[in-house]
Amino acid sequence: MNIIVCIKQVPETTEVRINPETNTLIREGVKAIINPFDMYAIEESVRLKEKLGGKVTVLTMGPPQAEAALREAISLGADDGFLVCDRAFAGSDTWATSYTLAGAIKKIGVFDIILCGKQASDGDTAQVGPGISTHLNIPQVTYVKKIEEVSANIMKVERMMEEGFEVIETPLPVLLTVVKEINEPRLPSLKGMMKAKSAKITLLTQKELNLDPQKIGLCGSPTQVVKIFTPPQRTGGVMLKGEPGEVAAQLVDLIKNEVN
Amino acid sequence: MPIQVILEKCTGCSLCVKVCPFDAIRIMDKKASLDLNKCTLCGACVPSCKFKAILLEKTQSKGVLPNIKDYKGVWVFIEQKNGKVQSVAYELLGKAHELAAKLDTQVSGVLIGDKLDDQLDELIWHGADNIYLVEAPELANFQDEPYTNILVKLINKYKPEIVLCGATSIGRSLVSRVAITVDAGLTADCTGLDIDPQKKILLQTRPAFGGNIMATIISPNHRPQMSTVRHKVMQPMSPDKHRKGKIIKETFESSLYASRTKLLDIVEEVESLVNIAEADIIVSGGRGMGGLENFKLLEELAHVLGGAVGSSRAAVDSGWMPYSHQVGQTGRTVAPKIYIACGISGQIQHLVGMQSSKIIIAINKDPDAPIFKVATYGIVGDVFQILPVLTKKFKEILRK
Repeated sequence: MNIIVCIKQVPETTEVRINPETNTLIREGVKAIINPFDMYAIEESVRLKEKLGGKVTVLTMGPPQAEAALREAISLGADDGFLVCDRAFAGSDTWATSYTLAGAIKKIGVFDIILCGKQASDGDTAQVGPGISTHLNIPQVTYVKKIEEVSANIMKVERMMEEGFEVIETPLPVLLTVVKEINEPRLPSLKGMMKAKSAKITLLTQKELNLDPQKIGLCGSPTQVVKIFTPPQRTGGVMLKGEPGEVAAQLVDLIKNEVN
Repeated sequence: MPIQVILEKCTGCSLCVKVCPFDAIRIMDKKASLDLNKCTLCGACVPSCKFKAILLEKTQSKGVLPNIKDYKGVWVFIEQKNGKVQSVAYELLGKAHELAAKLDTQVSGVLIGDKLDDQLDELIWHGADNIYLVEAPELANFQDEPYTNILVKLINKYKPEIVLCGATSIGRSLVSRVAITVDAGLTADCTGLDIDPQKKILLQTRPAFGGNIMATIISPNHRPQMSTVRHKVMQPMSPDKHRKGKIIKETFESSLYASRTKLLDIVEEVESLVNIAEADIIVSGGRGMGGLENFKLLEELAHVLGGAVGSSRAAVDSGWMPYSHQVGQTGRTVAPKIYIACGISGQIQHLVGMQSSKIIIAINKDPDAPIFKVATYGIVGDVFQILPVLTKKFKEILRK
């Protein structure tokens, strides 16, 4: 079973805060981490490998420092890493990113399952996973919360929906995006960390991928950001004081027009 | 280089430094200097410069779609589940109606499924001028491939300038595929939509970085301009039973309806029947609830208010509530009319999932809990004492 996991390095959102005086992002000391949702994709790929044998390849696109994310994934059980990195890819929106990653996957070659986190915590689009499967013309199942059965050429999964879940059967190869409920990621092992240190990361640039220059980077991206601003920050409101009975009465008074 | 600072124009004012989300600009020798290893060419700095000193060029432009003027009309993908049109579709029709008025064009709904006749009038009353209806037994439930195939065919045939879709599980999966296939720009999870009065293009505003910053995004050279739109943000128009609309039935060759994935079963979970994405009122509990048994207090209040029960990550990780109830960064983003946070301290991961709620009520025994910084009404106290009184009082007034 050949599994490719697509991951993204993101700023640790918990540390992205707004300076209330200047109303700007505070970025000092913001750590770069693996997108939290991708941790579940990595874990699931390693579990599949443990069960069925095979190889887990981890893939990311980003600046040179994104190599650290690949090494972390290897410490968690992945076998090798590919870094898609080139100035030519800068400015990619989800269209160009999924085109480029699909190109990298074709270059890597054979695969049975592609796993992605359901979305990245910085952009929150949830568009790149389905974008990759579309470019590769393979089926997809998004929001997977459980892999029920898997064999060499077919799998049965549960897809989380707003009201419950769907049970879906899909042929392989397939792309799955996964939600948190699917597993509990393990911590890196000592052996894994040793392996991660020495693992070879393969760099893929535009030279290796030879993608259509019209479809990559800024010019391959239909969307453009025209404005970025900080939303009005919520400020603390009224504190209600008194005995439980009193505060409850005050609160009921304040919001009774909103409930009916 | 696709991005550069024109040194003659730069005054070193550092406005661009502040807006850069990637920390890629520094002021050196009183001029802005770009760190190209960090810059992602996102373009946030360009409009921030009052002196037009930053140039972002598309070196090899993919070019403008040649027949861009042929694309007309605002479309809404009408999501249905189990044969029932979902409320997000009515919200989008309301917004589409407003956008179409600014463009002097029509609103069309695309409805795919089986036996949906009974809801067509309702869609027209809520703003649809046309409904493209594609019905077949095998289309009764959403599946990625057939729905993508159909929407792509319709877009290529009728050429809408805008396509809106709910940012739901179905919507996000579907239009991500469609946008790639028709070579269109797609903006996820929009909370604001407007038309640029001069250029007549769609301005799509959405939160990023967990809602800490907002970005306005355009797709000037591609059509249709596609957005998924957050549920519960747009307002449906009040239904007008005199409105008239056209039903356009479409059928395609059956190969288009084929799906490689097979939907075997749809399982509705009883505990999530009042789902938090739909609820107007959410009563949510965190670590301060102390244990599974105490969530009953939240359920009772939610029941009286006709709301749903939410949960912080801490309570889910402790096994007190199922994951489908989790609000926050790794759970769901919600924006109900009233969000009541009980025993939730208010970690940033939780706040990003609920801070757009209209009214936030926080009950916590720690006066320094960060949740109070976003609360409309805060109560420092014991949830176990306050909740039962609150439930009782609401029961009294709501019975009237």
